[in-house]
Amino acid sequence: MSFIYDQPGPRGRRNILIGSVLSVMAIAGVVALALWQFGSHGQLAPEVWAPFTQWAIWKYLLTGLVGTLEVAGIVAVLGSVIGVFLALGRLSHFRPTRWFCTAYIEVARTVPVLLLIYLMLFGLPQLGINVPVLWKLAIPLVFSNSAVFAEIVRAGIKSLPKGQSEAALSLGMSSWQTMFHVVLPQALRNIAPSLLSQFVSLLKDTTLGYIVAFTELLYRGQLLTSYLHQLIPTYIVITLIYLVVSGSLTAIASRLQRRPRRKAAPPTDPLKAPTMGHSAAAIH
Amino acid sequence: MIISPENFQLLLQGLGTTIMIAVIAGIGSILVGVFVTTARVGPIPVLRGAAFAYVQFFINVPLLALLILAVFALPAAGFILPLVPTVTIVLIVYEAAYVAEALRSGVNTVAKGEIEAARALGLTLVQSLRHVIVPQSFRAVVQPIGNVMIALAMNTALAAVVGVLELTSRVNSVNLVYAQPILFYTSAGLVYMAIALVIGVSTGWVERKVAIVR
Repeated sequence: MSFIYDQPGPRGRRNILIGSVLSVMAIAGVVALALWQFGSHGQLAPEVWAPFTQWAIWKYLLTGLVGTLEVAGIVAVLGSVIGVFLALGRLSHFRPTRWFCTAYIEVARTVPVLLLIYLMLFGLPQLGINVPVLWKLAIPLVFSNSAVFAEIVRAGIKSLPKGQSEAALSLGMSSWQTMFHVVLPQALRNIAPSLLSQFVSLLKDTTLGYIVAFTELLYRGQLLTSYLHQLIPTYIVITLIYLVVSGSLTAIASRLQRRPRRKAAPPTDPLKAPTMGHSAAAIH
Repeated sequence: MIISPENFQLLLQGLGTTIMIAVIAGIGSILVGVFVTTARVGPIPVLRGAAFAYVQFFINVPLLALLILAVFALPAAGFILPLVPTVTIVLIVYEAAYVAEALRSGVNTVAKGEIEAARALGLTLVQSLRHVIVPQSFRAVVQPIGNVMIALAMNTALAAVVGVLELTSRVNSVNLVYAQPILFYTSAGLVYMAIALVIGVSTGWVERKVAIVR
């Protein structure tokens, strides 16, 4: 619990009670006003929401969700692999590699994905390049997300205690062996929650499929509105589906974050032989 | 290729709209974010729960879905506002959740012992916030808030999808005249990069200004 304030005394408890009652009333008032507004425009009528009791409608939307997850999966795999290499490149001792990767990351992080998508839609056909609609969405997303993944991985590598790589090097491992057998495995384990949060963010970005007309959830929702002519229920249902899917991913991410790091021998007891590989994770 | 003055003016107007939306939404989201964070760390359980729900909702829902909901769907329920204010409000409430997350992590960076020491000295909640917690967490959140502001500036491009005539949308329509997509979109990308650079440099400057040399 919060430790910013003391255990409230009798007066504090009374004030908290008054505050609670007032805030419940305020929140209930806002909700009631909103419901009244919806109701007075006939948006709460059963027939408005009736289509969403039919399996066919849900099936139509869930097909869209499958498309969303498909793109998100592709972007996550490609983006994180490219991201790892960009991170290694940015940490490289070879200057041209470092400069190139730094420039790529800084550019890709600060250009709106929408612009990249317009470039794919209108720019590439002019050069005679035409890619399937899935890739018109996936390529811009990979471009920008790989840079974000790279920064997360770089932060993970840099936050690892230096002794880890020094120990590996002193055992005679090459710098590549050190990176791939010692540093990266630990760094990736430490940054797992951030990677998952970034996955949620890219899952949200797949809504840009709405623009390239790729079969994902939001685009399916738009098609559905032109059939049902019920914009409010459709988009509210779409929003809630996104909330459930990415909300559960976020919940996993915060559980990972709260989970205690791998158990390691307590540093005060040198007699108990520590399990070599994982001890640094506990220090971090 | 020479862009005619009228079209150049359209592009500048677009840039003006983008900057206006970004600045208003930036200030608004910081204010709302501070309010949400206060509710989230405060002693009233109802407000804590409401603030948590608020942050979780907006962090897990796509901005584009919210923009479409607000611009195309909500007028059917009588929520009618002009286009640019609607988009700005959606950006404010959306980014405020990210600001609140950044601020909360800032509060968490203040060592527990400092807060306990403040309490042990007899400081009230307001006093310990005013003299101990806020000054220290403010320094820790400058960079994260800057990143949220950069994301906000990038996100203003999504306003083009719902019909706001901002930079991306103007570039798109002017491009129809000249049919030079690669040139136009690349230059627009450079403008967005410049905006991000300005935000990044100024947060770096603020961070150095307020840094405590220990």
